[in-house]
Amino acid sequence: MTRLKLLFVCLAIALIGAGCTGPEVTVPEESTGSAVPPAGGNADDSPSGVVTTGLPGPGGANISELTLQEQTLVTENLVVYFEFDRSDVRSDFNAMLAAHGRLLAANPGVAVRLEGHADERGTREYNIGLGERRSQSVRQILLLQGAAGSQLSTISYGEERPAVFGSDEGSWSLNRRVELVYD
Amino acid sequence: MFVSMRSEWLRGGCIALVLAVALTVGTADGQLRIEIRSGVERPVPMAIVPFGWDGPGVPPFDIAGLVTADLGNSGRFDPIPESDMLSRPTQASEVNFNDWRILDVDVLLIGQLIEAAPDRYTIVFQLFDVLRGEQLLGFRLSTARADLRAAGHRVADMVYLQLTGIRGVFSTSIAYVNETPNPDGSRRFRLIVADSDGENSRVIADSPDPLMSPAWSPDGRRIAYVSFEGEYSAIYVQTLRTGARDRVSSQEGVNSAPAFSPDGRRLALTLSRDNGNLDIYTIDLATQVLRRLTQGSSIDTEPAWSADGEWIYFTSDRAGGPQVYRIPSVPPVDRAERVTFEGSYNARPRMAPDGDSLAVVHRNQDNYRIALVDPDTGLVQVLTNGRLDESPSFAPNGAQIIYATREAGRGVLASVSSDGRIRRQIASVAGDVREPVWSPYPLP
Repeated sequence: MTRLKLLFVCLAIALIGAGCTGPEVTVPEESTGSAVPPAGGNADDSPSGVVTTGLPGPGGANISELTLQEQTLVTENLVVYFEFDRSDVRSDFNAMLAAHGRLLAANPGVAVRLEGHADERGTREYNIGLGERRSQSVRQILLLQGAAGSQLSTISYGEERPAVFGSDEGSWSLNRRVELVYD
Repeated sequence: MFVSMRSEWLRGGCIALVLAVALTVGTADGQLRIEIRSGVERPVPMAIVPFGWDGPGVPPFDIAGLVTADLGNSGRFDPIPESDMLSRPTQASEVNFNDWRILDVDVLLIGQLIEAAPDRYTIVFQLFDVLRGEQLLGFRLSTARADLRAAGHRVADMVYLQLTGIRGVFSTSIAYVNETPNPDGSRRFRLIVADSDGENSRVIADSPDPLMSPAWSPDGRRIAYVSFEGEYSAIYVQTLRTGARDRVSSQEGVNSAPAFSPDGRRLALTLSRDNGNLDIYTIDLATQVLRRLTQGSSIDTEPAWSADGEWIYFTSDRAGGPQVYRIPSVPPVDRAERVTFEGSYNARPRMAPDGDSLAVVHRNQDNYRIALVDPDTGLVQVLTNGRLDESPSFAPNGAQIIYATREAGRGVLASVSSDGRIRRQIASVAGDVREPVWSPYPLP
């Protein structure tokens, strides 16, 4: 628990470094239609323009700077959502994944498991393929952001472990996802 | 002699489909029950008289009831209710054919169950052509009490073969995956083997993590499947009689979609290994030698063997959406030929026992349905009408396909005749039921 909390702290700092602006970024984009899952970071895809220096190492020094809202933001930024039959990462998740990548780069002892999932449409074994391809997409971005391959593992559950049980676009959009699970 | 009668029935012609005939048979807890949803043009009217009982107390098993359910569920026969019968003969000397002609019954089955010795039973049965007043079939079977159900299915198989010319599948089994919620909200996954009518179900694997992709060995003695226990995927081969299992593939990444070769020596499977790219492999079960059959960045999965073992059919999105391809099962490989062209989504092929057609999951607008594809012409014939139908599996006689469909948001099993005319639902009583696979014929 302590370790998880510590990770959240590091992650929140990394997100701030990536230019996230605060709680409002969790509001779904209206332009993409109904039941869009929470975006994973700043909807503004442009570089933050801020070059951060010297991420604080593990330690409690910054805990007091975290608001409850920021902690909530961190916990909600552990899932990347995908379009139907697609495995490319939507641009609104770039900032979030950049933050995760830098968190991992700064903490070589930390490992994350990338669990790929699909919605229930289509055949089960093909969906295992789709889930694997999605987790590989996320893996590639984290590698580009400086994470080491040894910190990343992937698994695809296909449609076998839905986040939401339901046969409508609202449920499906929440099930097409990669979950980042820290050890 | 009986052939003439059979062709007469077949000539019965285009009488309206019998729709929504609900026929419910024995529903034990945790079992499946069968409902016929659409029927054959003209099911054959027949009478199956309750079997006589020669022994103390009540009969240990209702043989006639089981045969009635089997033949009725096939959609090809229409057994009359017991209450309509004018007489209840249990041996040939008691049969008055006029009692059955007046009911427009074409075929009559009578029999007896006899306790010959402690835990030894004899089933005697006779099948008659009512119009001609002739016996078509007469047999005597001997069995232990525990095997009375199996013996009843054998009676149904013999009657079915006599009347249709097609080997029956009432003595075969099905395997499927059942998912149920636990009280704490977590999930429970079970791999189940049952008789082909859904009764007599037995759990062969039980896990808090997903189980998927069951596949029978050609001798019906083993089942390969994927388990996610321990938070990674692996392929196991389990011997049904003992419950013992071997882990045959636990490579890094995806281990998926096992399929036994027709000789039972190899498995086709899908691996992603270290690069996350799904490709088809075969593994020799004795030597563990792995052979890679496909390359490239596409998703290649869902391998299925041709009946002669020379080809492997599989799903690939190498041309965009998923389509069915085939490739030789031994090197030199990677000259895959595309098999399906009609529609934007054709996946998870399964070859018919006679090799003449492939069952696939075919997307029709936004619906996923079971379809037959002619592997030579690519012609597609849609057989089902659900929204999310999947996992087709041929019965060993090729006459029926079992598949998974949805009813009120729940996964249930259904079957359809290969001509698309007879559909029936096999409804589960608890949880989500899916990935049905039909066993081969039982060994003699």
